[in-house]
Amino acid sequence: MEHVKCECGHVNPHGTAFCESCGKPLADLGEKLILDMRYEGSARRSQTYKKTMIDQIWAFFSSVKVGVALIVITLIASAIGTIFPQQMYIPPNVDPAEYYKQQYGWAGKLYYELGFNNLYGSWWYILLIALIGVSLVICSLDRVVPLYRALKRQGVKRHPRFLERQRLFGVSHVSDLDKTMAVLKERLAARRYHVREEDGHLLAEKGRFSRWGPYVNHIGLIIFLIGAMLRSVPGMYIDRVMWIPEGETKEIPGTNGRYFLKSEKFIFETYEKGKDNEVFNAAIDRVGNGMIAKNYQTNVVLYKRVGPVIPGAKPKLEKVKEYPIRVNEPLEFDHYALYQVDFRLNEPKAMSFQLADKQSGKTFGTVTVDLYDPKESYNLGHGYRVELLSYFPDFEFDEDGNPSTKSRVPNNPAFVFKMYAPDRPKGETSFVAIQQTIEPFGNNKYKMAFAGLQTRNVSGLTVRRDFTLWILGVGGAIFMIGLIQGMYWNHRRIWVQRVNGELWVAAHTNKNWFGLKNELRRLLDGTGVMMPADQLENDKKAGQGGQVHGHGTA
Amino acid sequence: MDMAQLSSTLLYIAFVLYLIGTFFFGGAIRDKRKERQEKDRWSQLGISVTIIGFLAQVGYFVTRWIAAGHAPVSNLFEFTTFFGMMLVAAFIIIYFIYRVSVLGLFALPVALLVIAYASMFPREISPLIPALQSDWLHIHVTTAAAGEAILAISFVAGLIYLIRVVDQSKPSKRTFWLEVVMFCLITTLGFVIVSTAFGLSGYEAKFTWVDKNKQTDEVSYDMPALVGPHKGELMKESAGRMEPLVEMPAIINARKLNTVIWSLIAGTALYIMLRIFLRKRVAAALKPLVKNVNLDLTDEISYRAVAIGFPVFTLGALIFAMIWAQIAWTRFWGWDPKEVWALITWLFYAAFLHLRLSKGWHGEKSAWLAVIGFAIIMFNLVAVNLVIAGLHSYAGT
Repeated sequence: MEHVKCECGHVNPHGTAFCESCGKPLADLGEKLILDMRYEGSARRSQTYKKTMIDQIWAFFSSVKVGVALIVITLIASAIGTIFPQQMYIPPNVDPAEYYKQQYGWAGKLYYELGFNNLYGSWWYILLIALIGVSLVICSLDRVVPLYRALKRQGVKRHPRFLERQRLFGVSHVSDLDKTMAVLKERLAARRYHVREEDGHLLAEKGRFSRWGPYVNHIGLIIFLIGAMLRSVPGMYIDRVMWIPEGETKEIPGTNGRYFLKSEKFIFETYEKGKDNEVFNAAIDRVGNGMIAKNYQTNVVLYKRVGPVIPGAKPKLEKVKEYPIRVNEPLEFDHYALYQVDFRLNEPKAMSFQLADKQSGKTFGTVTVDLYDPKESYNLGHGYRVELLSYFPDFEFDEDGNPSTKSRVPNNPAFVFKMYAPDRPKGETSFVAIQQTIEPFGNNKYKMAFAGLQTRNVSGLTVRRDFTLWILGVGGAIFMIGLIQGMYWNHRRIWVQRVNGELWVAAHTNKNWFGLKNELRRLLDGTGVMMPADQLENDKKAGQGGQVHGHGTA
Repeated sequence: MDMAQLSSTLLYIAFVLYLIGTFFFGGAIRDKRKERQEKDRWSQLGISVTIIGFLAQVGYFVTRWIAAGHAPVSNLFEFTTFFGMMLVAAFIIIYFIYRVSVLGLFALPVALLVIAYASMFPREISPLIPALQSDWLHIHVTTAAAGEAILAISFVAGLIYLIRVVDQSKPSKRTFWLEVVMFCLITTLGFVIVSTAFGLSGYEAKFTWVDKNKQTDEVSYDMPALVGPHKGELMKESAGRMEPLVEMPAIINARKLNTVIWSLIAGTALYIMLRIFLRKRVAAALKPLVKNVNLDLTDEISYRAVAIGFPVFTLGALIFAMIWAQIAWTRFWGWDPKEVWALITWLFYAAFLHLRLSKGWHGEKSAWLAVIGFAIIMFNLVAVNLVIAGLHSYAGT
């Protein structure tokens, strides 16, 4: 690698714009009045080497222009994804192709055909995010290494041509140079500048750590993106749904049979006039009394299995804790979280019938059929007995006209009972469905009279375990720290030098020039040193300016 | 007087004080040619009135919080009002850093417009649905609103920069787009005026209509129906009300579109009247107000607001939002439209900062970006809440 040796003796890497140590411009600056202080004029790989393919790829991704272009493309793509709802938000049981066409016409059809219905999961969107990630890494590496080098090696004494090309620069004649220097040094230190002195020259610097802010926040972002990627690694992320009716105990899916949950009760409450805060009355009136949800809650008991898993055997359970799961208050245990997300109210649980004499109406006992686990025989005593011959939870007539069931969910239960009585020892058969009774073998003496429906509520819970969360948390925290570091602090430097009996003052900040100027004014007030002029403003006033470039640094 | 009543009164007082403050800041500009003392007195009055107004609005916020039992950031009215309050707070902070009176002349009217806009939505105190019953409601929403408000100051400074710098001697792309910005602001005023006017007159027209699932439903218009709902028919009780000129297909919310059309009509009428009265572009008429503005300083304020606001926005609208989403909705990110638009806003300002810091986009370019950024924030506030319905509870209000 070539090196460039400056007249001050410092050896700079090839491609350096001005000497890392004394600041003497190494390249031809032409007519430019102000030095481009971005990245301290350091030699960036991307700007220096452009021969090989790798150099070119490196140069491509290290360009802020490319980075911004990627951001803007992602931004536009993201916006397109919000025109119509994404597929995950449309009803789950419809054909998406049909749905988009039917709901949004030709535009919806086009949206679906272009794949925008799953935009955020599409390969090209993920590729965009990945490219931003690559750009983050390369951009940062390309800049932070030489910047660190340059800032670490900067000398106190600077070349006059470096000083006079700073945005804030002024020359003063003071009577007592030593005294003024001493005063300035003291004042700078009082303003928390880190002051270095060399041969009677001063370099005062503060907030250098803010220069690392962008790189710190980029590291945070990369960690966040890695965390998001890890989600697709098996075992890192569990997302399951669990429907649990009141009174039942079920294995929690995703826990490999280690945890069980019992639902004691599901509670659904709404806001009601009179019961709740009076100030809500107007809002309740507008929407309707009892229409605004107040609480979704499942009171549960969490159990842990003790002992080994034996297939087929009933698990031995140990109670861990009772907990009311509410929205915003998930049950957390062993890295798992159980969330209240859905519910079904008043699902049929059991149906009751009375064995009755059709003519007299006299009854001989009640039969309660569990719709999920029906018994076959019900003994009512005194010689009365009922047998359940067939049960159709979701009754319909099939193609051949025979009774059958659509599913195992008791949406429309139907039963075939055989009723035994002392005077009917052979039994009578009765087909009982909702709102209808068929007596297939002629007129019966007895009937099964409907006597009630027991219902229960079912809670829909989501089971989550996400081992990537802490990575995302760490990434997010580092990002915020870097952002605050870079945005809320500024890197300010003030050079005070004696040049041919004159006092030269130059100052630079990576941002907030207004603040630096105020600080300089206070610093120099009463010292007899002139306030350095803002050469950028002078430049503009002289009418040579035009588009302002290059006084910002990352 | 009960708490809720007191709260409304305080908001009203704040609104009037901001209006008075605007005039004082206007006075500070007008008197620039006179001695400095005089100018400072106008500015001091302006900022004092603004601070008192801000305190009144804080009073509104606190009393409403006490009355409701939860932070008043739970519906569109409350959120938007809070955004207006944060805008004023951000202005006060920036004022004390930079002491630029002209900023008040533009920031306060924007805050006024925001609060007036907010007041057009249902103002009653609403109870919290289960998803909102969390301390994260206060934490997430207030931080996000504060971030957006600080970013909005960047727009105000950018707008001042553009009014000052855009050459009004001949029409150009720049004068055109600047007028578009003016027109949007005026249309917001148009919306407030028509809503208030029809609200005061108590206009109501009820229609039966057929929605996209072929269900018959009722809809109540509070403005005369220029566009009617799908297969809409005036109900008996509304006989004699205006018949719609055009009928909309079922997928379009005709009532909201109708409001938008009325606002555009009012905005256009206002704009045309202004142009006839001023005999020049609106931005050109505003130019004398900003002729003494220090451009570099305005540019710096615009950038500084982004530098301060961006981390606050990130914290509130993304990080706190993700933490809450993980607790309430089981996942920290779900591509809900509001989430996506928060991401879009964030990406935009990230691009802004990169262009400024690394590509040297200062001055006018940076000012235009600040204007676009504010447009995105407003889109997020208005369109995403009202048009693109998602999980966020303000939708559909």
